[in-house]
Amino acid sequence: MLILTCPYCGIQCDETELAPGGEAHLKREGPGSSDAAFEAYLFERANPMGVHFERWRHANGCGKWFLAVRSTTTLEVYGTYKAQTPEPPAEIVAAIRARVPGWGGRA
Amino acid sequence: MSDAVTALGGARAGGPLATVEEAPLRGMVTLRGDFARVGGAVREAVGLGMPKTRQILTMRDRAVAWMSPDELLLLMPYGKAGAVVTLLEGALEGAHFLAVDVSDARACFRISGSGSGAREVLARLCPADLSPSVFGPGEVRRTRLAQVPAAFWMDDSGDVTLICFRSVARYAFDLLANAAEGDAVGFFPAS
Ligand SMILES: [Zn+2]
Repeated sequence: MLILTCPYCGIQCDETELAPGGEAHLKREGPGSSDAAFEAYLFERANPMGVHFERWRHANGCGKWFLAVRSTTTLEVYGTYKAQTPEPPAEIVAAIRARVPGWGGRA
Repeated sequence: MSDAVTALGGARAGGPLATVEEAPLRGMVTLRGDFARVGGAVREAVGLGMPKTRQILTMRDRAVAWMSPDELLLLMPYGKAGAVVTLLEGALEGAHFLAVDVSDARACFRISGSGSGAREVLARLCPADLSPSVFGPGEVRRTRLAQVPAAFWMDDSGDVTLICFRSVARYAFDLLANAAEGDAVGFFPAS
């Protein structure tokens, strides 16, 4: 069972109170982008064994989208932060590095 | 003018743990907007200040509940909701906001039991942490009641008021009534 703290209402949410939203920090490719870039934006997703950045929505709660970093193998959560954050915050990166010394950064 | 009625006609059920009762009609207004701007309008409309995160402020038959960083639920007598919306619209003219009378979109239940009865009924149905150190009077908790969204808060006596969508009123009532039937587990200390 995954438990994530919603950065908006502060509740420690059981996974069943949340709705998953796939990979976080995707850059939108719109009009003017190449076909290849648009295809990658639509379909290509990181699928790491280990540290993963994800979007979640506190669907049965305050309703807000937020971002979470967790390990796909151990379910260890390194942190959650607000959706209006274009890059992983420094303290989140530090929390990951502290637990995963060889981490190669976001894929 | 049609005769407004509640979804279940004041249904009532009880068990060893708690009594579950459909509450009479209550006025409810959803207000969304920038919290830095809506405080004055809320005071004008219901006479209460702005709640802190997850807080519910109550004064007689009025209340303001924190629902999200940009959403409040205002409670008032059933017939007053329209007037509250009008007041909000006047006070917030020119601002980006939304004020809607949702009284008829909701069902409302009262769960009362001795000791931590109401707490235990909810714990059987919600993934929320309901231990007294985490959830207590004055806090509003939005969560999942089995398969539907719900919100509830506790008063000083330990009784709980729960709201959900009116379309699932029967489902929510049956869940609560069923959960109230079993004997107490006694996991929570009496609150
Ligand atoms: Zn939340």
